[in-house]
Amino acid sequence: MSADSGAITRAEVAHLARLARLAVNDQELDVFADQLDVILGAVARVGEVAADDIPPTSHAVPLSNVFRPDERRAGLTQEQALSGAPAAEEGRFRVPQILGEEE
Amino acid sequence: MSSDALTGSSMNSELTRLTAAELAQKIHSREVSAVEVTQAHLDRIAAVDDRDEGVHAFLHVDASAALSAAALVDESLDAGTAPASPLAGVPLALKDVLTTSDMPTTVGSKILEGWRPPYDATVTARLRAAGIPILGKTNMDEFAMGSSTEYSAYGVTRNPWDLRRIPGGSGGGSAAALAAFEAPLAIGTDTGGSIRQPAAMTGTVGVKPTYGAVSRFGLVACASSLDQAGPCARTVLDTALLHEVIAGHDPMDSTSIDAPVPDVVEAARRGASGDLRGLRVGVVRELSGEGYQPGVRSTFEAALRQLEALGAELVEVSTPHFRYALAAYYLILPSEVSSNLARFDAMRYGLRVENGATSAEEVMALTREAGFGPEVKRRIILGTYALSSGYYDAYYGQAQKVRTLISRDFAAAFEQADVLVSPTAPTTAFPIGDKVDDPLAMYLNDLATIPTNLAGTTAMSVPSGLAPEDGLPTGLQIMAPALGEAVMYRVAAAYEAARDAEDGGPLIQRVPGLEVSA
Amino acid sequence: MSAPASTPGLVDYDEVVERFDPVLGIEVHVELNTNTKMFCGCPTDFGAEPNTQVCPVCLGLPGALPVVNRAAVESAIRIGLALNCSIAPWGRFARKNYFYPDMPKNFQTSQYDEPIAVNGWLDVELDDGEVVRVEIERAHMEEDTGKSLHVGGATGRIHGAEYSLLDYNRAGVPLIEIVTKMIPGTRERAPEVARAYVTALRDLLRSLGVSDVRMDQGSMRADVNLSLSPRDSGVLGTRTETKNVNSLRSVERAVRYEMTRQAGVLLDGGPVVQETRHFEEASGTTRPGRRKETAEDYRYFPEPDLVPIAPSQEWVEELRGTLPELPWERRKRVKAEWDLSDEELRDLVNAGALDLIAATVAEGAPSGEARSWWVSYLAQQANTRGVELAALPISPADVARVIELVASGELTNKLARQVVDGVLAGEGAPDDVVKARGLAVVSDDGALITAVDEALAGQPDVAQKIRDGKVQAAGAIVGAVMKATKGQADAKRVRELVLERVNA
Repeated sequence: MSADSGAITRAEVAHLARLARLAVNDQELDVFADQLDVILGAVARVGEVAADDIPPTSHAVPLSNVFRPDERRAGLTQEQALSGAPAAEEGRFRVPQILGEEE
Repeated sequence: MSSDALTGSSMNSELTRLTAAELAQKIHSREVSAVEVTQAHLDRIAAVDDRDEGVHAFLHVDASAALSAAALVDESLDAGTAPASPLAGVPLALKDVLTTSDMPTTVGSKILEGWRPPYDATVTARLRAAGIPILGKTNMDEFAMGSSTEYSAYGVTRNPWDLRRIPGGSGGGSAAALAAFEAPLAIGTDTGGSIRQPAAMTGTVGVKPTYGAVSRFGLVACASSLDQAGPCARTVLDTALLHEVIAGHDPMDSTSIDAPVPDVVEAARRGASGDLRGLRVGVVRELSGEGYQPGVRSTFEAALRQLEALGAELVEVSTPHFRYALAAYYLILPSEVSSNLARFDAMRYGLRVENGATSAEEVMALTREAGFGPEVKRRIILGTYALSSGYYDAYYGQAQKVRTLISRDFAAAFEQADVLVSPTAPTTAFPIGDKVDDPLAMYLNDLATIPTNLAGTTAMSVPSGLAPEDGLPTGLQIMAPALGEAVMYRVAAAYEAARDAEDGGPLIQRVPGLEVSA
Repeated sequence: MSAPASTPGLVDYDEVVERFDPVLGIEVHVELNTNTKMFCGCPTDFGAEPNTQVCPVCLGLPGALPVVNRAAVESAIRIGLALNCSIAPWGRFARKNYFYPDMPKNFQTSQYDEPIAVNGWLDVELDDGEVVRVEIERAHMEEDTGKSLHVGGATGRIHGAEYSLLDYNRAGVPLIEIVTKMIPGTRERAPEVARAYVTALRDLLRSLGVSDVRMDQGSMRADVNLSLSPRDSGVLGTRTETKNVNSLRSVERAVRYEMTRQAGVLLDGGPVVQETRHFEEASGTTRPGRRKETAEDYRYFPEPDLVPIAPSQEWVEELRGTLPELPWERRKRVKAEWDLSDEELRDLVNAGALDLIAATVAEGAPSGEARSWWVSYLAQQANTRGVELAALPISPADVARVIELVASGELTNKLARQVVDGVLAGEGAPDDVVKARGLAVVSDDGALITAVDEALAGQPDVAQKIRDGKVQAAGAIVGAVMKATKGQADAKRVRELVLERVNA
């Protein structure tokens, strides 16, 4: 699908929501699909600009080579690290069972 | 209440009407104490900031922290120590997007309700080091996405000029706190206009510094390549004073510029003398025509005449690619948002919604569904789409090219003019509820402010009078090249002085009294 | 759900290589041994208490920002140079977006299409001396993930676990991923080439001093890609990626197993599924990873919180100047210096002794003695213990000291072996062992003279032969003295005394 065809289907929105870990409900899917369709129609305007030979800008300010010396800095204590945790056990963050495998 | 307290209260209400510079002068000369000044603002907050009927600028007020910070300043001054900064003792309202180790940081979102960060943002640390008591954290659109604060998970902020209207956004809380005299200083963040548009809508001053001028460390990211924290106040000089406190290189932020902070206080003082001869002011016609409310246009034209009267030379500049800025912005921003907000997953901090789910994957999705509001979800989905393989080049990649072209437009315009001007926002403050279900209409608020974020340059909004048709404030946007803050402040101060003279006093003094529950 | 297809059998290895050409590809992840993490100042020490080496940055707390560790970039450039790569004059980090609980930001910061080093090679020598040039596609920087502990269920593994516990100490540790180009034409030697490559890479990284390269601790991890083409067809097959290959031996076994497994699938008429597989150490087999319901889309984009890295020519050259003698350079040098044949050199390399000998020589020992210790006595000890030579608890400096003590006459060869035994037993440095075990040579001439006189008296015929000028006969007397002193005498001195006393 090319950018200017614009239309986004409800199924696509459902797929994107899954990728983004959002358990959206059916009613939201309808609303989002309509709204995103309108928004995509508007933002697809960027495609009108002839910019084949234009370099993209990823950073607003042209800095490079910003480094930190390899020196240790005080971090958080275990207690601080876990202070916001919804659940913790044995100094670790406790999370529900993980279904997928590591990358 | 004792009669002492009543006298105190009346003196207090006078204190809240003063500028930050005036308050600092009185505190440093020991005419009043920092504690008295802080208490006066806490009293004002208590009087006007009711969540259900009042301004509701604050999500969290920490009277004891603010008062003890103020007491430390008093102690130090009483001991004959020089003030830690020109603003030592003058209290401030901090947007709830900057981390504070002693107060919650929610970013206006349910997903971070009650989260207490274990660290201070660099901006927060600099405020503390400058002896500036932090009154509390201000309301905002969730994750700084919005132009009205209606997308806050904790209720809307109301515009002190008319409580039925929005104060702008996302930094509506900070701007409203200033306009309601709840704080003389505030910090905002600006990703596409979140400092400037609320400033315009509340008759206050707000500056988006050059990208990299103020550290983003501890600023909960909306869109990393666009976000920038900046100073807000009721006068140009106060804004400049605060600017110098928070700006400057920070090794904790890789995108922080390692260069001296422009002398913006001197520039503001110099500008107030009112002479702009030899200065070229570029008028961006692309940002002042169609879609702009009549009163916005007429106050803008009046501002141009004033600038001319101050000796500035007006030149027309062309920025042909600005018309694509909004589209590029609403691809780049959601893309970065979709990635930045992935960390809110119920594993390490913040909300966890289980609802019977047993897997981490389900808990993540349920929590994010429950914890994010509709606008945030919309943008996450949009950004996920724009970065998807197959769409990247057409959307995100192309938007980045447009970004380059917008920077080039700015560069060309700054060849012809020292600063550029436009109205800050296309309309004055709109009624609460008007655009909340129409995302695209909401996005149009940022038409004039977005190009600056895309280019990483600096811009500010100064009050430019009241629109005749609704009596609500409008703002003049002044834009300057990267690190060109000094000339921008100079023009702003000159314009402010001229307009105040013509109006017979600062516009902000005409804001309604708001004695909601006093 | 359909019934699972019957599993095709494995194919005999000889048949595999007769009918197919294996195509290898190897990705190695190496944890750098910098003091601090890739993007923050937290320590990288292995084995600390959980969540004690973390900060807002590596925990991915809201508002935290990364800053690149200069030493990590320097290590990456040095690795690139040592692998004969070009160093990219400009490159950015990207975000690889996917959700996983061990990844605090739910994206991994990694160089994606702008790696710091590209297009290099590494010459790998096989056991028989054949050299295979492995081409390197890229080496890039990224960050490691946290570690999860799966609780409940029978196995403690992820399957069947009730919940998991996360420790983020490892999150953000600098990783370099080194990716080979496709390695074709290895035929039946594919498993050996794979192991030899990982071995050579490990030795290289060790000599650079950039990583602990401990496969057992996970500071070096290999993923093996393999596909089979019908023999001589040049048509590429579908590849699998095998993870969890945690030893050199496993690299070889994993390749071999995948070759026989894939051949079985192909000969059964089935397609090889492009998938990630996991190596099972115990059985030497691979098993498929859990199939994902939708194809991952990592939505890479340039990391806006980090600025580009643009190493100047000067910086790169400065780093090139810091490269130590690399393993193959060292081999070339010692071959000449020690006057070794190709075969002798290869034996030393295969025994894992070369670097140890060179290091011992660097500590001042003569090369002959150093070689002799490592390839004979120490090699035996390693063999007995079932460990690699390098894993013996004795350092080249210890060995050099023992050699020095022998040379100075303070130890005999026999005593020296006892000292080495003491060092290996953890009794301390050689000097400590000498002292504690009382192993110093008997150098009291008085005691020795008595022993010599007794020996001469005991063998008058031998004494006469010596007097008659048959000096070599002195050996028998020396032997008797050594026996009498239980080896704690300096044989050279004993010999001198024998020649002196025989005419007394």
